[in-house]
Amino acid sequence: MNLDDLEADASEVRAAGETCEHCVRVCMAAGCQSSGAGKVLERLNEQFSGRDDVRVKSVGCMGLCSGGPLVELRSKGQPAPRLYQKVSAEDVPELAASLGGAPVQRLACSTEMPFFSRQQKIVLENSGVIDPEEIDDYIAADGYRALVTALTEMNQAEVLREIDISGLRGRGGGGYPTGLKWSTVAKMPADQKYVICNADEGDPGAFMDRAVLESDPHRVLEGMAIAAYAVGANKGYVYIRAEYPLAIDRLKTAIRQATRKKLLGSGICETQFSFDVELRLGAGAFVCGEETALMSSVEGERGQPRPRPPYPAESGLWGYPTLINNVETFANVAPIIRRGGEWFAGIGTERSKGTKVFALAGRIQNTGLIEVPMGIKLRDIIETIGGGVPEGRTFKAVQTGGPSGGCLPEQNLDLPVDYDTLRQAGSIMGSGGMIVMDDTSCMVDVARYFMDFCMTESCGKCVPCRVGTYQMHGLLDKIAKGQGTPADLALLEELCEVVQMTSLCGLGQTSPNPVLSTLRYFRHEYENKLQTGQPAADGTEGGKMTDDRK
Amino acid sequence: MSVKRNKPEAPTADNRWKMVDVTMRRNGYSGHALIETLHTVQEVFGYIDDPSMRYVAEALNLPLSKVYGVATFYHLFTLKPKGKHTCVICTGTACYIKGAGELVEGVQQRYHVRPGQTTPDGQLSVVSARCLGACGLAPAAVLDGQVLANQTADGLLGKIEKVLQHES
Repeated sequence: MNLDDLEADASEVRAAGETCEHCVRVCMAAGCQSSGAGKVLERLNEQFSGRDDVRVKSVGCMGLCSGGPLVELRSKGQPAPRLYQKVSAEDVPELAASLGGAPVQRLACSTEMPFFSRQQKIVLENSGVIDPEEIDDYIAADGYRALVTALTEMNQAEVLREIDISGLRGRGGGGYPTGLKWSTVAKMPADQKYVICNADEGDPGAFMDRAVLESDPHRVLEGMAIAAYAVGANKGYVYIRAEYPLAIDRLKTAIRQATRKKLLGSGICETQFSFDVELRLGAGAFVCGEETALMSSVEGERGQPRPRPPYPAESGLWGYPTLINNVETFANVAPIIRRGGEWFAGIGTERSKGTKVFALAGRIQNTGLIEVPMGIKLRDIIETIGGGVPEGRTFKAVQTGGPSGGCLPEQNLDLPVDYDTLRQAGSIMGSGGMIVMDDTSCMVDVARYFMDFCMTESCGKCVPCRVGTYQMHGLLDKIAKGQGTPADLALLEELCEVVQMTSLCGLGQTSPNPVLSTLRYFRHEYENKLQTGQPAADGTEGGKMTDDRK
Repeated sequence: MSVKRNKPEAPTADNRWKMVDVTMRRNGYSGHALIETLHTVQEVFGYIDDPSMRYVAEALNLPLSKVYGVATFYHLFTLKPKGKHTCVICTGTACYIKGAGELVEGVQQRYHVRPGQTTPDGQLSVVSARCLGACGLAPAAVLDGQVLANQTADGLLGKIEKVLQHES
């Protein structure tokens, strides 16, 4: 397989697509499937069976989950595709009759609304367009071109340089420069190296990685293979949550297809380069998103982190140099190689390049998956793209970064979204969950919710996290119930600092973030709970202004 | 200890043990395959009991304490049999903000089981999930493998009732 072969394959598939007068795309990502897209697809297939001029395709996530099931009709001679939302099986005959004629207004969903027009797609460029279970579809969309180019026309240093120029930073939340990470692994003298894709998307409220894996699994495999070539690895693992059965199935299919086409496996593109990918299923432990814990889990151990250094780049899986990146990071690699690092670096802000995928959820009109350039204002995401808070309620806070992140209030909505600004504001970019809260949410409750999460998910290895999160949760619970005292609040703040400073891994170190950020912006809600506390259930007077530590 | 070991006898003559063996064989009976093997045990038997853990420990040449440690570390592994029907309620952030608590409460009031428990008649297990990744459809629940979007307590209870009645 060389570039010409690949191009021949691609034009063959494109030509086959050309023969169809109409193309019907049905979103079959998990979101739309749970709204009944399966039945719609079945009905569409029945409706059009025997018609050569219509092609029905199941595709990945189209983004607007709140409008699911989504169906897109694309006809020759029509300037723009037609998107329909909340389609049911009963609507299929009506849609079929509309082919080539006037659109069905009742179900129409404008693709010109800001939700679609304000997005810029790199990671999600094929999402909702190609069939994730057909490798040919991916190849027709320029898939595997970057891998073949890298293997046949670039040496390792050139690949590393492009990634470095692009300014890509880790999309898992930390924001570590990807080029630097790759170079570190590449420099290690070792005869065995590994590449791991972290698909243990444990943040509650985040579903970007799932959507990417369900909609465009080959893109992630291609990114991993390019990374393996650049750092000199020949074995890769995708560590994926067992809670994502659809993503697991599609990845397995993708690996099988790519291996058959000799784009994975031994001697890729008739070169010396070999790369095998295996799946490893997580078993429900949030801490396994931490890289050293993840590696323990791949090794079949309890998922407990260990101190760094040594970093995985030096001594990772079974002691060998290991490159760990997140799904979205790998998904950015192929476009960078295809279009050049300079092109990528032209998008975004000074220190945060490219785009970011966010999962928009909570009290917001348009829930779903969006991809926007770095540097966009939070207000644009929430009010313009997301359509704002529904039902005449008012916006209160937006939560980014999951249990390691924080809640930002109205006054911060004009901040640009990039790694450094969000950190300064007391939250983090995180992996991309963005949850909007309105005035019905109590911020003390929200802080308690996240602390409950961290307490349960603490692996128990280090004392500050194991005991600290438990104590902080107890204090938050007391305050939320109106039984807290000012002394409790002071103790809570002190504990936040201790846990932050002394925990072993990221889970513990960041667990106080939701408390600290809500205290910073919504301190009055904590204080109100202290002063106007309801009497406790055991008859004692809650919220008494006493300091019982004295 | 480096004496060549014989493959241990499966705890029962149940054919499903063959699937467990397949997983272990595919991974060369290496200790690294422990999590994969436990996944298979749970997949075919529904849960991981004592005899299974002993068998896996012996077959992979691992101490039983380690197998028990791993099986209890991960939330997804369960050491008790599940009910005939399972209702998973998502308690991720988006679902929490949109009222997952009411779903949990509703189910608890009707069936007197909290997440992680099974009704005494073994008909219904209630589980809470950290996040199903269906945040766009919050609050979400999964009843016997089927994802239910935008649930209310009453709506969910109705669906559970239907599934339970269908059986009896």
